[in-house]
Amino acid sequence: MKRRDFLKSTALGLGMATALAPAPGSACPGGLRGTGDLALIVERANGSVLIVDTTAHKVVHRVEGLGDLSHASAVYSRDERYAYIFGRDGGLTKLDILEGAIVKRVLQAGNAIGGAISDDGRLVAVSNYKPGGVRVFDAATLDPVADIPATFGEGKRSKTVGLVDAPGRRFVFTLYDASEIWIADFSSGAEPRMTRFTGIGDLPYDALITGDGRHYIAGLFGEDGLTHIDLWADAPAPRRILSGYGKGEKKLPVYKMPHLEGWALAGGKFLLPAVGRHELLVLDAASFKEAGRVGVHGQPVFAVARPDGRQVWVNFAHPLNDTIQVVDIPSLTVVHEFKPGPAALHMEFAPRGAEVWLSVRDRDEVHVYDARSFAKLSVLPAQKPSGIFMTARAHRIGL
Amino acid sequence: MAGILFAGCSSADALDAERQRELTYLVRQDCGSCHGMTLKGGLGGALLPENLVDLDSEGIASIILDGVSGKPMPPWQGQLSNEEALWIAEHLKKGFPQ
Ligand code: HEC
Repeated sequence: MKRRDFLKSTALGLGMATALAPAPGSACPGGLRGTGDLALIVERANGSVLIVDTTAHKVVHRVEGLGDLSHASAVYSRDERYAYIFGRDGGLTKLDILEGAIVKRVLQAGNAIGGAISDDGRLVAVSNYKPGGVRVFDAATLDPVADIPATFGEGKRSKTVGLVDAPGRRFVFTLYDASEIWIADFSSGAEPRMTRFTGIGDLPYDALITGDGRHYIAGLFGEDGLTHIDLWADAPAPRRILSGYGKGEKKLPVYKMPHLEGWALAGGKFLLPAVGRHELLVLDAASFKEAGRVGVHGQPVFAVARPDGRQVWVNFAHPLNDTIQVVDIPSLTVVHEFKPGPAALHMEFAPRGAEVWLSVRDRDEVHVYDARSFAKLSVLPAQKPSGIFMTARAHRIGL
Repeated sequence: MAGILFAGCSSADALDAERQRELTYLVRQDCGSCHGMTLKGGLGGALLPENLVDLDSEGIASIILDGVSGKPMPPWQGQLSNEEALWIAEHLKKGFPQ
């Protein structure tokens, strides 16, 4: 265990880690453990993250000193040992989740909105609002590899959103201010080959890629519809889908932008949050035509499919964010509703769907539910928790 | 309700301490989802005093209540009273409390 002790002492100088009530089999001295059942929980107000053991339902570490974590997200290295955390303030932190210690941290921009890791695990890309564009780093060292300013018009730079990894060492992202989608292809080295699609629709606010890496779908705030690109096509091109889903009706106010990252592909259908309507849009995954609507409690924020695809869990924007609804896919009806507490912000399924982990920000709690009986199994204390990221994401395209 | 008693009044100091705390939390957390918790900007721009020099408190309060048509800034009318919007506006201009 000499090596472990050495790592721990170097790590202490880099970031403050507190070991809290080590769970059975956790990385306590003398014990080896895997990381496949660990998860990271963002504590947005304090610039800290929790590492939790999702088998024991216990906090293993709290790591502090990660800066402004509002809207923070994380991706994992292929060995599921390191998390890359993307902070609002442009901070990119590489965290050793076994040791609960910061390995390296860089401030790579002034204002950022998330990131992605390449399919080979070697490149980490960050989506930036200020200065608008995408920066790419070596996943091992966090040394800069490429800078892709999102330029448009006369010297303007766009905020970028919806950054995902795509197969073949590619990243795909969307330019909010410029209405463009760009593909950066790193298959031949550090110099990306760029593909640009223009006029993809007004105010694209987020995007998703399907788990097979084939379909990229961007949500539009300024138009009634979404934009779809089939990346398998010989000449990929954006086309509008679900145009006019709002039927020309006035939008309801949107107090929190929906996320498409939590997209749900279930039973051959996509369920996506509508914008300005208290509905989920149902999209046929083969034809990309509308296949129904599901009326829900409020403006949906996340619609997350249970991994088997039978049910979709939905949470909502302020002021209706104390409620969760569960939608049954075959019947497209709401089969369960409950109120975990104010600001139920983020849900994460265990990789094979047994449990759901849920952040209840204004209660300072993370709840664990049985995904089938809906019974509450555990409550863990956390300070203003938001995003929850299980290590199984390491092996999923687009997460 | 203070909001009804003092509606139309130009100063927003009449909100009680409890409501002020709630509004502070709302701005940091819920405006923060688009403007950043530190109000340094996100999808919506930064709301620090230096970003708001061109707007007076009444102007900011009316943006808060009416939203920005065609953009993601939602109208808070119905969630916030005139007086509460003005209190937020005045405190954004001064540097918002933690
Ligand atoms: C769903 C996202 C969202 C939320 C929530 C939100 N805003 Fe905004 N806000 C925006 C966007 C986007 C703009 C920029 C609109 C534009 O393009 O003109 C904006 C603009 C503004 C402006 C004008 C700033 C300027 O420099 O012109 C003010 C003031 C403002 N917001 C205050 C607030 C306050 C206070 C709250 C909470 C009560 C809030 N916003 C919540 C998205 C949001």
